[in-house]
Amino acid sequence: MSIFQSLVRKEALHIIRDTRTMVITLLMPIVLLLLFGFAISTEVNDVRVVAVVDQFTDETRDILQRLRVNEYFTFQGLTTPEDVDALLRSGKTDAALFLRKEEGVLKSQIVVDASNTNTAQTATAYIRGVVNGSSAKSLILTSTLYNQQLKSAYNFVPGILGMIFILICAIMTSVSIVREKETGTMSLLLVSPVKPRTIILGKLVPYFLLSCVILTVMLLMAYTVLGLPVSSSVISVIAVSLLYIILSLSIGLMVSTVVDTQLTALIVSAVMFMLPVIMLSGMIFPVDNMPVVLQWISNIIPARWYIEAMRKLMVQQLAFSYILKDVLILLIMTLVLLAASIVKFRSSTR
Amino acid sequence: MNAAIEVSGLSKRYGNLTALDNVSFTVERGEMFGLIGPDGSGKSSLYKILATLTSPDAGSATICGLDTVNDYVKLRKLIGYMPEKFSLYQDLTVSENLHFFASLFGVSIKDNYDIIAPVFAQLERFPNRRAGALSGGMKQKLALSCALIHRPKILLLDEPTTGVDAVSRSEFWDMLSTLREKGITILVSTSYMDEATRCGRIALIDKGKILRVNTPDGLVAGLDENLYNASATRMFELLTRIRQLPEVEDCYTFGATLHVVGRKGFNLSSVMDKLRLEGLHDVKVYPAKGDIEDLFIKLTR
Amino acid sequence: MHYYNDNAISVRNLTKCFGSFTAVDHISFDVAKGEIFGFLGANGAGKTTAMRMLCGLSVPTAGNGQVAGCDIMTRAEAIKHRIGYMSQKFSLYSGLTVEENIRLFSTIYGMTSARIKEASERVFKELGMEDMRGAFVKDIPVGWRQKLAFAVATIHKPEVVFLDEPTGGVDPVTRRKFWELIYKASSDGMTVFVTTHYLDEAEYCNRISIMVDGRISALDSPAALKEKYHATTIDEVFRIVAQDAQRAD
Repeated sequence: MSIFQSLVRKEALHIIRDTRTMVITLLMPIVLLLLFGFAISTEVNDVRVVAVVDQFTDETRDILQRLRVNEYFTFQGLTTPEDVDALLRSGKTDAALFLRKEEGVLKSQIVVDASNTNTAQTATAYIRGVVNGSSAKSLILTSTLYNQQLKSAYNFVPGILGMIFILICAIMTSVSIVREKETGTMSLLLVSPVKPRTIILGKLVPYFLLSCVILTVMLLMAYTVLGLPVSSSVISVIAVSLLYIILSLSIGLMVSTVVDTQLTALIVSAVMFMLPVIMLSGMIFPVDNMPVVLQWISNIIPARWYIEAMRKLMVQQLAFSYILKDVLILLIMTLVLLAASIVKFRSSTR
Repeated sequence: MNAAIEVSGLSKRYGNLTALDNVSFTVERGEMFGLIGPDGSGKSSLYKILATLTSPDAGSATICGLDTVNDYVKLRKLIGYMPEKFSLYQDLTVSENLHFFASLFGVSIKDNYDIIAPVFAQLERFPNRRAGALSGGMKQKLALSCALIHRPKILLLDEPTTGVDAVSRSEFWDMLSTLREKGITILVSTSYMDEATRCGRIALIDKGKILRVNTPDGLVAGLDENLYNASATRMFELLTRIRQLPEVEDCYTFGATLHVVGRKGFNLSSVMDKLRLEGLHDVKVYPAKGDIEDLFIKLTR
Repeated sequence: MHYYNDNAISVRNLTKCFGSFTAVDHISFDVAKGEIFGFLGANGAGKTTAMRMLCGLSVPTAGNGQVAGCDIMTRAEAIKHRIGYMSQKFSLYSGLTVEENIRLFSTIYGMTSARIKEASERVFKELGMEDMRGAFVKDIPVGWRQKLAFAVATIHKPEVVFLDEPTGGVDPVTRRKFWELIYKASSDGMTVFVTTHYLDEAEYCNRISIMVDGRISALDSPAALKEKYHATTIDEVFRIVAQDAQRAD
C-alpha cells in the first residue's frame, strides 16, 4: 500500500468509527430534503375565508363562486359582520371578505389575521386577485415560469447542498486536522518522510469522497422523490457542486491552519461559515430583500454564488453560459483560499 | 565519525518566553542520554528542534552530522520521535496504528519485527484492541513500537514515562537498555529525578538552561559533604526549628526525613542538643547520601 | 451513626462493581486524624474508583464506613462539605485572577461573605501573595499556583483533604515547598489523603497503602514496608507488591 493510500485508509477509519457523526452527516441532508420538500413550505395553501355580503348581485355571486373553486382557498361560507371578529380571534378563519354596494359600485374590504405576516400578505394578494378578477378592467395575468407548481422544495435543494458541504468539508475537515495537532499525531506525520502536500491530500480526499456520496444521494432524491426535471443541466450541476466541495475543503484547511483546538475549529467554522450560509446566502431569505450592507456581505459568501448557480441550473434549467459569472467567482475564491491555506500549512510545519 | 547529537548555542523564544537559552551538549553514538528537568524547563522545545519540527532562533543542532534545519528531509528517516503524551490514533487498533506508521516510512513490519519485538511482545496478545482502550503502560509501549518501526538510528523520547505507574516505568527503562545494546542512541527526557540513574549520562535542565552534564555518579559526587538527615515525630516543627539554626545553610523535606545542608563548622551533636532543648526529644540527625534532587535544589536555589 | 470515632477515614469491606467487573474489592482501612496517608497503586488498580467513593461522588456497591464523621452510604452529600479536593489535572481556573479563584471556591463551599473576606486575607498573608491577588492564575509561576491550589482546596478548613497526584512534573524545589504545606496542614490537625506516581514521595507519608487488582495488598509505614520486603526504597516495595498484578492492562 502506498503512503497516500494508507493515509486515506486511516482517515476513512476515523470517519467510519465515529458512528454518531457518520450517521448524522448521512441522515441530515436526507431528512432536511424531505422536511423542506414535503413538510415545511413557504407556500400559502388552504386559506380559510368567510364572506360578508350585504346585497347579492351577479357580481358578488361570481366572486364567491371563484373563491369556492380556487384551490388556494377553503371557503367557509357567509357570515354576519358581528361574527367576523370572533371567528378571526378564535382562529377559526384566516380572512374575511366584505362586499358592499355603495352608490351602485361594488366596494370590497379584506380583513385578515396577520399574526403570520407572510400568510396574511399572500392571502390578501390572492383575495384581491379573486375580487379584481371579476372586472375585466383590472385583470392581472400572472404566469409562473421555471417552477410552475411553485414548489418551494426545488429552491431548497441548492441551499441544503450549500449547507451540507460546508458541514462536511469545512467543519469536519478542520476539526479532524486540528485533532491531530491536539493529540500530537500531526508532529509524528510531519517528522516522517511524508511530504506535507501528501498529508494534506490524505486528509482532504476522504472528505471529498464522502461529499461525493452525499451529492449523489441528494441529486438522486431531488430528481426522483422531488421530481426535479432531468435535463442536460445535470452535468453542470455536478461540475459546479464539485467545485463548491473543493472550495469548502479549502475553507476547512484554512481554518485548521489558524486555530489550535478542536473546539475553536468547530466554533470558527460554524459561526463564520455555517451561519452565513443559512442567513445570508439566499437559502432562506432572498438576497434582493436584504439591507444593502448585508447584500454586500453576502457577496463574499461562497454559498451565495453556489446557490444562485444551482437555482439557475436546477430550477430554471438554464444553460451553463448563464452561470459563468457565478462559476468564475467560485473558481477565484477556491484558488485564493487553496493557495493561501497551503502556504500557511507549509509555513506552520517548518 | 560524527557525534550522534550535537547541540551548540541553541536558543528559542516564544514571544516573551525564553524556552531555550544558549544550550549546548553532545551525545555520543550508542549512548543513553537523559535530559532531566521539570515541566516548562525547555525539554519539549529542544525535542521539537531535534525532531525538525521547528527551527531555533540561534545556534544549531546536528544529528549524525546532518543539520536539523538544512538537511531535515534526510534526517527524518534517521530519527524515531515519541512526543510528550503518547501520540497514537486512539480510534485505531494496535495493529492498525503499527501498520500505519510502518507505511509512512515505507517499511514492512515483518522485516523490522526484530527491532520492536522486545517492546511489542506484550501487545501481540490483543492486536485488535483500540489504542484508546489500552492502559497507560501499554499505550507507552505501542507508541515506542511505532517510533521504532523504521529502524531509526536515534530515538528521541520526550517524557515517555509520565503518568505511567512504577512497574510499567521500570519495564520501560529495561526495554530502553535493550535497545541501546542494539546500538540505538537514545535521548530521553523525564521529570522523575529518580530515573536519572538509568541513563549513561544526564543533563540537568531548568528554565531553558543546562545546569550540568555528567554521569549520574559524577553529578552527585561530593554532595554528601555536610549533608544530613533529620527526623522527628513532629516534622513540621522540626523543619521550622532547623531553619532557624545559624549553622544551617538549607533544610528541606526529603521523603521520610529532612535533608539539612550544613555550613562550615556544622557540628552534629551540638545541633542535636539544641533541637532537644527546643523540646524535640526524639530528634535524630545523621549523615545523608546526596542524590540528583539534592543537586538540583542546590543548583536552582 | 458514629463509629470508629477517632479516625478521619474508616472503611470496612468497601466494594464497587461495574457490571461483572469488581473495580474495588472489599477494602478496609483506617486513617487517623492528622495523618498523612499515601494511597498508591498500579494503573487500573482501582485507586480512582476508591477515591471517588471516599469523596462521596460514587455510591459503594457494598461495605460501610465513614469519612470525616459522615456515613459514606447514607450521607455522601454531607461528606462533600467536610473534605477538600485538589488534583494536578484541574485545580484552578487559569483565566480568573488569584482573588477571583479564592472567592469562587469559597462560595462553592457555602461560606458567608464575611468568612470569605477573612479567609482570603488569611490565605494572602500566609502565602505571602498580597501583591499577586489581581494577577491571572495563568501568569503566576507554577510554584505559586500549586500553593494557591492547596490553599483553595483547604479554604473551608476541611477535616480531610484529598490530593490526587498533586505534584506531577513539578521541579524538586516547588515539590518540597508543597510538601511543607502538607506537613503544616497535618500538624494543624488536618488529615491528608494523597495519591502519587512519585514513589519517593510516598516516603513523606506516615503510612501508605498499595492497591493491586482492586485490593489493598500492603499497608504500613514506609519504613516498616521496606523492612518487610527487604527493600531499600518504596519503589522496590511497589514493584514487588505490584508485579503479579493481572489487571494492569
